[in-house]
Amino acid sequence: MDIDLQDIRKYFGSVKANDGISMHLKGGQIYGLLGENGAGKSTLMKILSGYQPADQGQILLDNQASTFQSPAQALNCGIGMLYQEPLDFPPFKIIDNYLLGRDSRLNLDYKLVEKELNDYFSHYNFELDLQAFVDSLSLGERQQLELIRLLAGGAKALILDEPTTGISAEQKDILFAAMRTIAHEEGRTIILVSHKLDEVQELCDHAFVLQKGRLVGEIDIPCPNEKLVEMMFGQIPERSDRAPLVMDVPKLELLDLTISTYRLRVEHINLTIQAGEVFGLAGLEGSGQGLLQKACAGLIKPESGVILLDGQDVTQWSYHRMQAAQVAYVPAGRLEAGLVAGLSITEHMILAQPEHSFFIDWNEATDLSDSRIEQYQIVGKPDTYADELSGGNQQRLLYALLNSPLKLLLLEHPTRGLDVRSTNWIWDKLYRRRGDGTAIMFMSADLDEIIERSDRIAVFSGGVMSRIVEAKDTDVEELGHLIGGSE
Amino acid sequence: MNARRIFTVLWPAVPIIAALLFTAGLLVIYDTSPLDALDSIFQGAFGDQSKVLSVMAFWVPLTLCAVGLVITFTAGLWNIGIEGQLILGSIAASWVALKVNAPAPLQIPLEILAAMLAGALWAAISAVLKTRGKVHEIFSGLALNNLAIILTNYLISGPWQPPEGGTFRGTSPFPDIALLPRFADSRFSPISFVITLIAIGLVYVTLRGTFWGLKLKALGKNPFSSFLLGVASERETILAMMFCGALAGLGGAVRVLSWFDSLRQSISGGIGFLALLVVMLAGYRLLWVPFISFFFSVILNGSITLQLRTQLHSSIGGILTGVLVLLVLLFGDSRIFKFLQQEGKDERA
Amino acid sequence: MNEPEIVRILASVVFASSPLIIAVVGETITERSGIVNLSLDGTMLMAAMSGFVVALTTDSVWIGFIAGAVIGIIFSLIVAFGSITLNKSQVAIGFVLTLLGDDLSAFLGQNYTRTPGPFVKHVGIPLLKDIPIIGPIFFDQSYTVYFAFILVIAAWWYLNRTQPGLHLRSAGERPEAAFARGVRVNRVRYLYTIVGGALVGIAGAAYSLDVKIGWSDGHIRGLGWIALAIVIFGGWSPIRGALGALLFGATKVLATILQRTFPEVSVVAFNAIPWLLMIFVLLFVGSDFTDRLISYMPRRIQPPLRRLFKISAPMALSTNFVER
Repeated sequence: MDIDLQDIRKYFGSVKANDGISMHLKGGQIYGLLGENGAGKSTLMKILSGYQPADQGQILLDNQASTFQSPAQALNCGIGMLYQEPLDFPPFKIIDNYLLGRDSRLNLDYKLVEKELNDYFSHYNFELDLQAFVDSLSLGERQQLELIRLLAGGAKALILDEPTTGISAEQKDILFAAMRTIAHEEGRTIILVSHKLDEVQELCDHAFVLQKGRLVGEIDIPCPNEKLVEMMFGQIPERSDRAPLVMDVPKLELLDLTISTYRLRVEHINLTIQAGEVFGLAGLEGSGQGLLQKACAGLIKPESGVILLDGQDVTQWSYHRMQAAQVAYVPAGRLEAGLVAGLSITEHMILAQPEHSFFIDWNEATDLSDSRIEQYQIVGKPDTYADELSGGNQQRLLYALLNSPLKLLLLEHPTRGLDVRSTNWIWDKLYRRRGDGTAIMFMSADLDEIIERSDRIAVFSGGVMSRIVEAKDTDVEELGHLIGGSE
Repeated sequence: MNARRIFTVLWPAVPIIAALLFTAGLLVIYDTSPLDALDSIFQGAFGDQSKVLSVMAFWVPLTLCAVGLVITFTAGLWNIGIEGQLILGSIAASWVALKVNAPAPLQIPLEILAAMLAGALWAAISAVLKTRGKVHEIFSGLALNNLAIILTNYLISGPWQPPEGGTFRGTSPFPDIALLPRFADSRFSPISFVITLIAIGLVYVTLRGTFWGLKLKALGKNPFSSFLLGVASERETILAMMFCGALAGLGGAVRVLSWFDSLRQSISGGIGFLALLVVMLAGYRLLWVPFISFFFSVILNGSITLQLRTQLHSSIGGILTGVLVLLVLLFGDSRIFKFLQQEGKDERA
Repeated sequence: MNEPEIVRILASVVFASSPLIIAVVGETITERSGIVNLSLDGTMLMAAMSGFVVALTTDSVWIGFIAGAVIGIIFSLIVAFGSITLNKSQVAIGFVLTLLGDDLSAFLGQNYTRTPGPFVKHVGIPLLKDIPIIGPIFFDQSYTVYFAFILVIAAWWYLNRTQPGLHLRSAGERPEAAFARGVRVNRVRYLYTIVGGALVGIAGAAYSLDVKIGWSDGHIRGLGWIALAIVIFGGWSPIRGALGALLFGATKVLATILQRTFPEVSVVAFNAIPWLLMIFVLLFVGSDFTDRLISYMPRRIQPPLRRLFKISAPMALSTNFVER
């Protein structure tokens, strides 16, 4: 099926997620969709798959204008999307999960469907037990199941959203072989959204690159990785000269640390961060840097290995114990994680204080709020609720809640949603903490920020940490390569 | 004062009037003039001194439970088990009254202490089941309520039955020194009234002025964020439930030591559940609770006189209060029209 | 105790439990779609009263049952409307309704207490009722019992073997995914809340018209709460729920029998059992205790064991789903 996207626009408030994107995709081809976080890839694909409507623009399928209001309608028109978290039903049996929505007959025809599913399985070389429950499957197997459901549902075009995050190498090979069959042999269109350049090179015929909501280039594959990186990240200005304040005292040491969750496994991390150092973690969402930070904060128990803080073994310490030991963790979530809607700035301040008296001295607390509001230039008053603040001010509030001195400061996307002036200003404040011996570890999807603000950098890709590079010695290209998974 | 503000302020009157009309309608169907009924209720509540005192005596345990529930609601908990906590308080107070012979000045304080402790522990069971076993407090509360009732019935018909034999009505009456001193021949105990006022103040100060109260507020609004801010949700959940359980137990002691003079079968009088309604109608606002509680007490006690006078079942009072809470719950939010409009828009989009 | 007496006892257990089975299946259907209808106790009281009064005035038991169903629909409709359309708390609305139903039934039924009225006739199924032991227990009963059994099987088939049943379950497990698959989640929830409510209403009427004939204040108070407990105890499955209801009925009967022989081991113990059981089951549901226990068993029997003991609440139970 041929797909034409014509001048697709989507705005979230003042953010131009998709700013006039036009693309032409031919049937029977595998396309790669590349771009850093925030470039607009998932927004575009959500529009194409019927999950959300575009504000402007048209979609043509085989030269017919098409509109759909839901993913189910999109599938009827022939477009199916495989999400990173498959939209399946864990408590169901595989066969029931497949049957839901398949047709409108009253009875569930198990015999017919069993044959159908087994045929699909052998065709694409999948192996699944039909009577098993979905929640007993691995992520790769759930993907396979969802894939078949989409194909059987009449999908002539498939969108795969970062499909290889969290599946084994064998499952990846099986998936890619299936993709080739589906596109080249069966004439369907495939769009692979991925940041793993090697995989894009391996599977795709052609690649589109998005940057800041616009289509900035397209190219036939195979091609040199440098070209892709250049299109994705563009030109970055020279890094400014800033005196590092790295002290000779190791603050955080990670020894052979392994963290394991359902989705991802991060193994054998060895890392030392000095007091006063700013350490940047690059890599795209779900690559492992978030897990590492959570483990250092005490939110996740490592499977094995040791975490030392100022030489002390804190591997088994709980989050609250780490908090009491001057380790601060600032999540990216704001109202979902870190701030409480319905509580005022002052109330947040009181909760965040290390020392608490039994009775609240409201006058004292309000004074503290006033001073922090001024210090961090928050647009709001002590009794303003957290949910009444704008996003940027909520971010400032999260920083205003931090105490001093801190041993370790863990930041998740520290300046997401902030304008340039605020970003500079926040980093200024963060740098001042280095004098206390605070070690700062932060993750960001913005390579500019990583290079500009860090002393040293490590890149995560697929759960693997790259070699550590000095920020002043590296450049966007090198980081891009590392993000893509190469050495 | 623009039109919107006036609308927002006046709108809540609509469900209230609707509830009154509904109840009035029922009365008319049963050949009773609503005004006569109102008069009967009024007489039943304020007609003479003993009636007024009965209203107050009912108000005491109801308010104690209700202010306790404000604490658990603040922490985001649905403490349906409050009935059981009240009953355990009654049982504990009864045990001290029947089995413990303390010197006169200590008797009553011991009963009260035992009641509060029993209520708190009964609540703690629900709380621990929730924090450790992930059992929702609605269902554990339900089960514990019934277990409390079963326990009561067992005690009344078994070990604590009166000497003339188990009649399933109650235990033998408690010795006089065990009972709360009552005013004038009524069921009202002035001490319990004072204690209730203290309890209201205590809860107010706790929620507004203590660090712990703030932790509860954060916990109820966003458990994950408050965890990140340092609130230990397990500990605070258990403490909040125990605080409420203690107050409910206290209410149970008041019931068994002043309203009645012995442990009875329906010792709680449904007060625990009524307290939930009171708090819902008060919009979970502490300072409204004593007044709504008073309103409930007036209506429910007044309805007894209504039954005597008109032969209408006294449950009409419960109907009025119930319909009131329901309509305010459903339609009390003045933003309702905006919400319904929004729904329509989304469907068309 | 000899055989005929045992058979008689079992038959009476089945008889006494049948309305409870109907209520449990009804609420199971509602909860599988994601809505918890806490108003069961009040609904059943109101339905019992209304069913009786209507049957009395129309002299027809069947119209009485219809009245009961209508009551059930009204109550459940309020819960559905308040939570689905107005996005208020399911628990709060259900709770108020349950107290209200109690008071309304007492008030409206006040003139009809201890009045004799029509009741469902006992009808044995020819041939089947003569089968030794099983016959009298299952096939020599009243229509309520037959309805209950057919309902259990029909509900099981509908939930597990039909497409609409999948829609129902998906709305209760993962409404966002169901919505993406084209399921009209809120429409489904409305439908099955009302269907469940109608069944609960029929169950209430079945008490006053069949099992506990007549009406009095506080007639079947508490049974609705027990039904809610049994839904959980039965792991949200109609068949296991029916078994739970039968078990409950059996403990009641056992209690009265045992009290004759051992008056000290009082009724207490048996009355307490369903509630203690409910707490234990909930503990199993919440923790991974059963999983770990099963993992110690020989590998072969693990999968069927897991399926047998798979008790998990519908993942989206009691959460409101706001459709985009």
